Amino acid sequence: MQYEEILHRCFRCGYCKLPGNYIDFNCPAYLAFCFETYSPGGRMWLLRAWLDKKIETTDRFQEILFSCVNCGNCVEQCTFPKFKDQLLLAFMAGKEELVNAGKVPPAVRDCLTNYQHHGNPYGFARKKRHGWAEDLEVDRFSEHEYLFFPGDVGSYDSRGQEICRSVARLLKANGISFGIFGADEVSDGNEVNAMGETELFRYLAEENIKTFNASQVKKIITLSPHAYNAIKNDYLQFGGQYQVFHYAQILAPIIKQQTYKSDVPPMRVTYHDSCYLGRHNGEYWSARTILSSLPGIQFVEMDRNMQNALCCGGGGGNFFTDILGRGANNPARARIREAAETAAEVLAVACPLCAVVLEDAVKAERLDERIEVKEISEIANEILDKAN
Amino acid sequence: MSGVSLMKEIVEKLVKIVGAEFVSDQPEERYIYSMDPGTMPPREPDIVVIPGTSEEVRQIMILANRDEIPVVPLGAGLVLSGLSRALKGGIILDMKRMNRILEVNETSRYAVVEAGTSQGMLQAYLKKHHPNLKHSAPDAPPVATIAGNVSIHGSGHLSHAAGFHSDMLNGLEVVLPTGEVARIGSCATSPYWFSRAPLPDLAGLFLGWAGTTGVITKLAIKLYPNYKYNDVGIFVTEEAQLIPDILHRMTGTQVAEDMTTWMTPKPDWARGFLHCDINFGANTKDELIWKRNLIRASVQEYIDQKVAGFMPLPPAMKQPFLEVPARTLSRFADVRRGGGFEYVGAIMPVDLFPEAYKVGLEIADSLNVNYSLGSRIIGVNHCMMFFYAYAFNRADPADVERAQKALEETNRIVVDMGGIPWKAEAPAQKEIIRKMDPNMFDLMNRIRAVLDPKGIMNPGNWEED
Repeated sequence: MQYEEILHRCFRCGYCKLPGNYIDFNCPAYLAFCFETYSPGGRMWLLRAWLDKKIETTDRFQEILFSCVNCGNCVEQCTFPKFKDQLLLAFMAGKEELVNAGKVPPAVRDCLTNYQHHGNPYGFARKKRHGWAEDLEVDRFSEHEYLFFPGDVGSYDSRGQEICRSVARLLKANGISFGIFGADEVSDGNEVNAMGETELFRYLAEENIKTFNASQVKKIITLSPHAYNAIKNDYLQFGGQYQVFHYAQILAPIIKQQTYKSDVPPMRVTYHDSCYLGRHNGEYWSARTILSSLPGIQFVEMDRNMQNALCCGGGGGNFFTDILGRGANNPARARIREAAETAAEVLAVACPLCAVVLEDAVKAERLDERIEVKEISEIANEILDKAN
Repeated sequence: MSGVSLMKEIVEKLVKIVGAEFVSDQPEERYIYSMDPGTMPPREPDIVVIPGTSEEVRQIMILANRDEIPVVPLGAGLVLSGLSRALKGGIILDMKRMNRILEVNETSRYAVVEAGTSQGMLQAYLKKHHPNLKHSAPDAPPVATIAGNVSIHGSGHLSHAAGFHSDMLNGLEVVLPTGEVARIGSCATSPYWFSRAPLPDLAGLFLGWAGTTGVITKLAIKLYPNYKYNDVGIFVTEEAQLIPDILHRMTGTQVAEDMTTWMTPKPDWARGFLHCDINFGANTKDELIWKRNLIRASVQEYIDQKVAGFMPLPPAMKQPFLEVPARTLSRFADVRRGGGFEYVGAIMPVDLFPEAYKVGLEIADSLNVNYSLGSRIIGVNHCMMFFYAYAFNRADPADVERAQKALEETNRIVVDMGGIPWKAEAPAQKEIIRKMDPNMFDLMNRIRAVLDPKGIMNPGNWEED
């Protein structure tokens, strides 16, 4: 197994379980399951034991490995500089071993099968990929400056489609030249890679790269931070080299310069960092710039923010496989409770996966009366409509 | 009923008490909970349970007592000496879900917390809600629990000022092995958790016993002023025999919060020197300077003789010495690229410092192990915790064995020297018992027989061969 040489070097000091301010557990799987086995250190030692044939490939072992949502908190907090950057890679390598052995949880198997057969995790027809744009005047990409890449959730999930339309509307309103590929694109594959199905990821990436290159795509705006991560960082190894932006990076400098005609009612807002924007790519400020530039916003941070943000639990394929479950210790529910403690009326997100997961958590926590999850382009559209 | 059937029945009953998601008899949990990061060999529990309330702990103890199932309470599992291994199987009681901070009394300076509350969690809570207060945190990583550290007589960043962490304990809630829930200290008779006095002090029944007398479920600890200005000085000498007097003089000023010594062959500039870190704080800059001058004046004689002196420390270099806990300490485990270190922490009089230091060097040299030596002063030089830390490569059985031998050798020498290994692993406990007044050991056994008539609490600890 790749990276097996680092597994025994983990001391299990436990910094990986916490945020930098130590205020609560910050590893989503550990938070959800509580057993040491689900902590990064426990996973390291279990992988070592599994390779040494001390542990068999049980359902529990599979669940433990696939409960890692690739949030990167362990990498951020680990105190061992000589191997911390390889922690997630080791977990992904462990998942890859299980995938290659055909021993994965049923939900992971079904999800990967959908990716393989349909190019998306839902198992929906590829031709429906542009459904989100049917009532919008969005061009097919030809000579536009940017390709707009909506990703799986933006293409198929009803809430994701709403967010996708909102972002597209804001991009158009601000004169951004963009087009889409619709049914000609497939999943960005970020979750496939995170689940250790590296060959399928290669296939998906190469399919997209073929499409992008055939139309001479140079710049890409992604809706999802997950797609942003894959196309920006992982497509390079397959020859896909583009300037990749998350939409917040495009909109932040534009909204920052805008002026407004009238005041709008105040709105107390906190912001949830997406792991694939934040910890994985160091992008913490674009969304905050947008929020702080909009009139009426009273911005407040949660205790765990930026590098120390608690993941919603939607990464690593868990958005589709739901390995973490929906119990009270589910990280999304913990995150919503934390957001509500700030007395914010809106929890802003910049990721369609975070939006869906956290909205479910609001309902589960019965906090509908206190807090609402909104994606930042929705907030911007709402405020700009009132202010202009 | 066969052992397997009994355990199956116990699992079913535990599920009814805490919920299915918090009970496991699966091989993965049994494997991970069979060991800690130290060198002690694994011992598998039959079941791991994560209770959420004192009432759940009570029900678990009644069940375990009825069927004579061993129970081992577990904090963060960082004791390193294997105290929370299930030496005779049974149930490991992982306390991490009981992590609520129940009360902070700002005026009387104490906090009441559940037993699974971590050092880091309380530290963060105080910083946010009570920034003028702090607790004494150990050098352990921040996931270490407050209850675990208090129960082993831990020490930390306020131990020069206020003693062992067990000295900072105001009261306890414990679940006895027979299932009764008892409150100890002022909380037994008052809604306030302000003190163990003036009642008979029963807290000692649960401190230093390695979890063999009951399960701590809540505790109150003292809090201290969190100073606005903080500083550290490092006093350095090459002569170990001077250290007891240096510490005696500096602690005599009673202005510092923490005093530690450290001796290590790496980095190269540190080799051969004995460093004494003095941490102190103040409410004003003037007060800080006054304290600094008092400490300096106490050892001026040695400075004038040019046998010792303060290391020049630019502000940027001070930061790692002011960090609580120091994140870099864990990195010692990677010295041999093997994820392991363990240490003997020996509680002993400060007089023994030169001998303790010499022994540490000799053991490390004879067994060719990477070492880190040091001490923390407890109280006003009343005693010290002298540590001998040895790194090892977990993937190399010969290296693990070398570290084990170093620990065994150190424990034996420490006991013979007149010290007492702290949070001693089961073999070291036997070394201590060998030297212990037999009447004290007899009293320990009689007390345990009363508290735990069926011997279910962490059996295998504090036992003779």
